[in-house]
Amino acid sequence: MTEREVKRGIRQLSPIDVYMLLPRTNCKECGEANCMAFAAKLVNREVSLEQCPPILKKEHEKAYKKLQEILAPVIKEITIGTGEHAVKIGGKLVMYRHEFTYHNPAPIAFDVTDEMPLHARFPGEEAIIDRAKKVENFLYNYIGRDLKLDMINIRSTSNDPTTFRSAVEEVTKTTDLPLILCTFDPSVMEAGLIAASGRKPLIYAATKDNWKEMADLALMYDCPLAIFAPNDLDLLRSLSKTLIEYGVEDLVLDPGTFSNEGLSDTLNNFTMVRRNACKGGDELFGFPLIGAPITAWFGEKGSKEMLAWNEAYVASMLVSRYADILIMRSIDGWVQLPNVIWRFNIYTDPRKPVSVDAQLYAFGKPDEMSPVMLTTNYALTYFTVESDLKKFGGNYYLIVADTEGISVESAVAGRYLTAETIAEAVKNSGVAEKVKHKYLIIPGMAARLSGETEDELKNVGLPGWRVIVGSRDSSGIAKLLKEKWPPKEGEEK
Amino acid sequence: MKTLGEEKKLDTKLAKLLKLLGLEGNRDIELEDVELTIGELVLDPSALTSAALKAVTPPKMKAVAPPTVKPTTLLEAPFIPFVQEYPGKIKEVTLGATKSKGGSRKPVVIGGATTPAFYLFEKTPPNPPVISVDVFDMKVTLPKAIRMQVEDVWEDTAVWAKRAVDKWGAKVLTLHLLSTDPLIKDTSPAEAMKTVEEVLQAVDVPLIIGGCGDPKKDAAVFTKIAEMAEGERVLLSSVTLDMDEAGVLEGVAKAAAKHGHLILGFTALDLNRAKELNRKLCDYIPEGDILMDLTTAALGYGLEYSFTIHERARMAALMGDTELQHPVLSGTTNAWAAREAWMNLGPEWEPRSLRGPLWETVTALSLLLAGVDLFMMMHPDAIRTMKKVTQQLMTRGKAKPEKIANWVNAKI
Repeated sequence: MTEREVKRGIRQLSPIDVYMLLPRTNCKECGEANCMAFAAKLVNREVSLEQCPPILKKEHEKAYKKLQEILAPVIKEITIGTGEHAVKIGGKLVMYRHEFTYHNPAPIAFDVTDEMPLHARFPGEEAIIDRAKKVENFLYNYIGRDLKLDMINIRSTSNDPTTFRSAVEEVTKTTDLPLILCTFDPSVMEAGLIAASGRKPLIYAATKDNWKEMADLALMYDCPLAIFAPNDLDLLRSLSKTLIEYGVEDLVLDPGTFSNEGLSDTLNNFTMVRRNACKGGDELFGFPLIGAPITAWFGEKGSKEMLAWNEAYVASMLVSRYADILIMRSIDGWVQLPNVIWRFNIYTDPRKPVSVDAQLYAFGKPDEMSPVMLTTNYALTYFTVESDLKKFGGNYYLIVADTEGISVESAVAGRYLTAETIAEAVKNSGVAEKVKHKYLIIPGMAARLSGETEDELKNVGLPGWRVIVGSRDSSGIAKLLKEKWPPKEGEEK
Repeated sequence: MKTLGEEKKLDTKLAKLLKLLGLEGNRDIELEDVELTIGELVLDPSALTSAALKAVTPPKMKAVAPPTVKPTTLLEAPFIPFVQEYPGKIKEVTLGATKSKGGSRKPVVIGGATTPAFYLFEKTPPNPPVISVDVFDMKVTLPKAIRMQVEDVWEDTAVWAKRAVDKWGAKVLTLHLLSTDPLIKDTSPAEAMKTVEEVLQAVDVPLIIGGCGDPKKDAAVFTKIAEMAEGERVLLSSVTLDMDEAGVLEGVAKAAAKHGHLILGFTALDLNRAKELNRKLCDYIPEGDILMDLTTAALGYGLEYSFTIHERARMAALMGDTELQHPVLSGTTNAWAAREAWMNLGPEWEPRSLRGPLWETVTALSLLLAGVDLFMMMHPDAIRTMKKVTQQLMTRGKAKPEKIANWVNAKI
């Protein structure tokens, strides 16, 4: 089997193939029960090879190399930045998400130019430090996870080395976020690289005209190098080959991002490049792809909102279609929120179940007078409610009804959540033995089931239970409890 | 002895070969584990002039080959697309029927894909994906961004339908008969039929008839409407395996087949169940009259499940799984179920008038790339963007490199 075939078949890689190359001493130094268990986790990318101390020893050098080879992703993993602020891009094992989990969520780099002022002089003016701070401060809590923005793209519109150098210096003083330096002029680039020394920025970009000088800079400053070949895959591939032969190992590919009439070419190019790498074993295309939705702002007419809107949806399409890193302009919350959430989603494990176990969950330390709520077992519904309950603090019981992994609204519409299933869920949860009160809070989306549910609860042997209709969204639970809990005797009857 | 001409030919051939290997130029090259076969060629060392063959590095196509000499000119490595064959094809389905075909609609054709979505480098899709606009038969709870577009007409379904067609350019309309829900208004099948009749009069686009979700009630309503709208090729949305359990699936499917309509099979993110439902439907209705709804979860609320199941379904269908070769529909308006689409999250996330429709847009575009053929949508801005993008994605070769060639210098 040639190396390429092995890589192409990475998904079919069997733990046995990996096991045979491991030391097979079952020393447990990796924390696993034995070498076979470690091999299985390696194949699933749940551990890294270096977590096996013996394999790093001299006597296993050959096996280590071989393992590195057969475990190497088809899309090379490239590091931008250093130390704890480094970001990894690429490292994809497959083309389609259903084949295997996508690795390394695409970082988004935000544009500043060396001709911007450091601080805004009038409201709304774009400024270097203000923008860098805004990128750093972006934060959205989504089902209990903090979603953030990632990088700064420093671009030279002045084409003047001194101006660029001082802009890069200002950014490096302001933020530790990883950087892209953006100019086609090698002397301007070098000025930036000097100012960003020790930060290992991504050099953007080598073109058909400047590739030699840019390659020298990439080697001299030990930085990854992007290739820009707009809508020209022959050139992109030729540059990849040339730069590899030149000795540059870490490349990032940009086939050009076009909005509007060029959008089709953009998506086809990204798809062809990724497919050749993943399905055709084309190693010259086995590098991360960089998308630049920022180009939606150039050469297009329209209001600021319209251009930001275009940038936003182009970005989302590139997140779906193989971009491993993005350069964007708008930092506005409404533009970035859908993208950071979509990025988070698409990089999750596709084997993750759609549903959680239907059972009784306790939050905090619920006692006999704690509120009892009910929701469905769709994973996202559960995680949303869970995240809200944790945010509010306090002690609750949450009954999760089995709706075959469907959200509340759809489950009510599709008759997966009915008075009968609710009553069953309450009975099976055993919550009636844990609390002294007889109140069940149901989702606002299921309001119309409230009357029937009280009857059904009686039928399953829980007489006297009353239903309180909760908020339509779990973000409203705190307010609801403040108003309605503890229920005053008789009020709900 | 070779003639001078033969020697030259040999030189050219070798130069070509070396060029193909990306090894032309004045470089140290060593041949290892390589078999050269150039016709009946006999290599005469004297013919191997220095320019052509000093040595060869192993022509393994290894990504990182430590070079002895750095290239000084661009090494050409032309791009050859990896080509895949797909034995399967998605069925082409016509929604609505013209007068000559027994209806009174402007028909719309969807499906027919022979490659994954918008792989134009393999083949241009035969039909662009189509957007159907949602209309309800009663006042419903809607997010503000949508409500303000329709609240002046939502007491009159026919007027609402007309607005969707005339103002938002709907090519297909979905009429949701929500009021038939026994837990809402329990509108009778006869009344529902009347509403459908009004809408059929008011607009000339194909209709999708949405039920309330109650298997038995939907079956009764669908059967009645199928009869009334004979020949119009409406799409009944939707039938489920629950209808089969309730013993009403057969009746609905047979009514659809008898009166010339289409059927949408709904399953919840489960391809095995989707296949099972399609198998059952095929017993009663031509397989070319079946569409699938594999469930659309909102962005932030499970869209990745929908995205992946659509990609899987489409790939399986193209690779030959006949039970999945039906066009797929997405209830994209579900995007508004995500709180991020409508909730006040604080000033830094405003304006909601953009965030909400963008939410629907991104949900739609993600599924567009996963292969969805028919979208049910609601917000005019999301609809506008989707129409623009689907149109743009139908042709290739319009990118103008000069437009972005120097973007790094552009000022905003």
